[in-house]
Amino acid sequence: MRATQMIPRGFHHWRDISFGSSQIVPNWVARSPAGHDNCVYDPLPHSTSPLISPTLMTSPSAAPILPSKHLLGIEGLSPFDVTALLDLAETYVVQGRATDKKTALLRGRTLINLFFEASTRTQSSFELAGKRLGADVLNMSVKTSSVSKGETLIDTASTLNAMRPDILVVRHQDAGAALLLSQKLDCSVINAGDGAHEHPTQALLDALTIRRRLGGFENLVVAICGDVLHSRVARSNLHLLSMMGARVRLVAPRTLLPADAERFGVEIHTDMKTGLAGADIVMMLRLQLERMSGAFVPSAREYFRFYGLDRAKLAYAKPGALVMHPGPMNRGVEIASDIADDVQVSLISEQVEMGVAIRMAILDALSRGLS
Amino acid sequence: MISSRSGRIAFRNARLIDPANGLDVKGGLLVENGRIADIGPRLFNDAEPGDPEVINCHGLVLAPGLIDARVFTGEPGAEHRESLESASAAAAAGGVTSMIVMPNTDPVIDEPSLVDFLLRRAAATARVRVLPCAALTRGLLGETMTEIGLLQEAGAVAFTDGDRSIANARVLRRAMSYAATFNALVISHAEDPELVKDTSATEGEFATRLGLPAAPAMAEVLMVERDIRLAELTGARLHIGQVSTRASLEVIAAAKARGLPITCGVSAHHLMLNELDVGAYLTFRKVRPPLRAEADRAAMIEGVASGVIDVIVSSHEPQGADTKRQPFASAAAGTVGLETLLPAALSLVHGGQSLPHVLSALTAAPARIFGLAGGTLSKGAAADLVLLDEGEPFVVDAEQLASRAHNTAFDGHRFQGRAVRTFVGGECVFERAAN
Repeated sequence: MRATQMIPRGFHHWRDISFGSSQIVPNWVARSPAGHDNCVYDPLPHSTSPLISPTLMTSPSAAPILPSKHLLGIEGLSPFDVTALLDLAETYVVQGRATDKKTALLRGRTLINLFFEASTRTQSSFELAGKRLGADVLNMSVKTSSVSKGETLIDTASTLNAMRPDILVVRHQDAGAALLLSQKLDCSVINAGDGAHEHPTQALLDALTIRRRLGGFENLVVAICGDVLHSRVARSNLHLLSMMGARVRLVAPRTLLPADAERFGVEIHTDMKTGLAGADIVMMLRLQLERMSGAFVPSAREYFRFYGLDRAKLAYAKPGALVMHPGPMNRGVEIASDIADDVQVSLISEQVEMGVAIRMAILDALSRGLS
Repeated sequence: MISSRSGRIAFRNARLIDPANGLDVKGGLLVENGRIADIGPRLFNDAEPGDPEVINCHGLVLAPGLIDARVFTGEPGAEHRESLESASAAAAAGGVTSMIVMPNTDPVIDEPSLVDFLLRRAAATARVRVLPCAALTRGLLGETMTEIGLLQEAGAVAFTDGDRSIANARVLRRAMSYAATFNALVISHAEDPELVKDTSATEGEFATRLGLPAAPAMAEVLMVERDIRLAELTGARLHIGQVSTRASLEVIAAAKARGLPITCGVSAHHLMLNELDVGAYLTFRKVRPPLRAEADRAAMIEGVASGVIDVIVSSHEPQGADTKRQPFASAAAGTVGLETLLPAALSLVHGGQSLPHVLSALTAAPARIFGLAGGTLSKGAAADLVLLDEGEPFVVDAEQLASRAHNTAFDGHRFQGRAVRTFVGGECVFERAAN
């Protein structure tokens, strides 16, 4: 049986790849009825990519597993890309728990963290990921850079480009900023959040966390609750989870739901009771302080009353449902403290650990496309 | 003060009109434990019921008590003009058994605790039911939305800035969108605030002759249009508190034809009076929106007949002599109206509209729009009733009004028909003294 029959809908940019190392073999290969674990796929005519150098092709362990040298969003990835990244991340979970957490995979490479918005966990997570793989990591924060002196994003890009980094991790308040930089720089660009557009590494770490707990995504009911309107985490997660076969619901007051959200093939709920009914995963989103004083939501106390996750509302979900939050949390606004701290239901700490592992996997994967 | 008494009251020989059930028959009605226990054409026909209290209606109309969907009181903050107690006395005298009160008080009703306060004060002092509306924006400032969910839980029946328009479309859009989350009713006041600023009359020949600062009548339809579009965008249920121009009705009729959940009300004075009634600067006829041209008044009457206008309201707004005895432009706007609501509505009946249809705009329609259990004579419903004489002529005497404030636009007006007895929860709260 040809394994191409297993290719799901929406699949359109896989390349011919030889998998020699079992640690990066996507798990659909292991499930292949033909029993191959070294099969070669050539599903599409345009399968040769200029991004894959002949050198890399000769080294099976360094086979590229992403369609581009950039990671700008979940949109554009296939289920295979995601599975491959999650599989690869598993090895980095192990590495992250070892005494010696460091390898030399990215030795000599330069990683720049360029954050135009404040970040604790994403920035430090990328920093650790880079360092654990042996790269040199430079953190540029806007306060200490010339951006605060009025430099345009394009000028900043040119300046950075001249420093010849290999990977740039960027967070910016405007949607599309990461794409713009990827067009102007020679290095790989990783989107660590652009406006309300995408935050792909967050969705991938959430996926890794979910898969490790529940084994997969098929038919899981995931309720994404809260400020969906302004959330890039919600957008990336709904793309990823829907693509992987989960049933996604968005639960929020109408003021925090984006227009035409139902067009994304998700269920829309404005009531936590119906929105959480039967959910396997309850994913809470952060509500920014400035949005709970009357513009979108009248007050924090009202928000907590109707949309804050407490025991009573969690009881609407499936028994044993798990709770996630991308952090930082507003305790008593979107989530009650006793739930956030309950290790039986809360995956919040695990999400942070998986964050480092998935970013190591992403850095590994992207570095394979670098010359 | 409303208590469900355990006694039985038997009404016999009445013309029973219940618009909610399309009922208009002669018959009897039995009240038990404050609720309607039985109703029917043959009830008490054959034998005098053996009840302690029997009311022979002598063929008068027995209908659900009126629901006045737009009442301003002075409590809290201006009890010298009108308290819940004095307003409820006026309501009872007018056959009104439920007052939907506006949040334009001092302090503004924009906190759940204030809704609770109002309901407790009403329970302790008012003769009729008081249903509070809460503010849609904090302090009625038109800037930030109120806690609609918590206010609704506290007992607010709708959300409105009362007689203020929200100028900022972004604020109103978000407030409506948030209200739609809770399926809450939003009531808007349709007057463009900048166009009507510092004006006191409708622009036109008459205002020009009097030299009054005036605003164009289209200041209303501008806001009606905007508010309907925003309701369509957000999915909110919108009630336009008061309309007064033909143009507004055309826009509302079109919105209803599109299937939108839009409703509207008209005040008794916009049905009865036109701009010429201001005469020699009669400040008691200064109202908001101002009295309109005769063609607009006629359109209001047609609007009730056709059903484009859903409810008739009093827009009861008490003012003292201090605020009314002023030059016209400086005088406060507003008229009391709880006691003249039913007589004004009955004038439409004398003008040819059917009594059940007109009563519907005072009972079944507001009950449906505000989601109230009352407004009907159905078995099991609360016995909120009005016994009315549709033909009795009388002349309004401002000094005889039960209302604490006497600023009626109808002083000296000749009406035909009014309430004779009013019951709330089976208890008689008003009985007109025999002349």
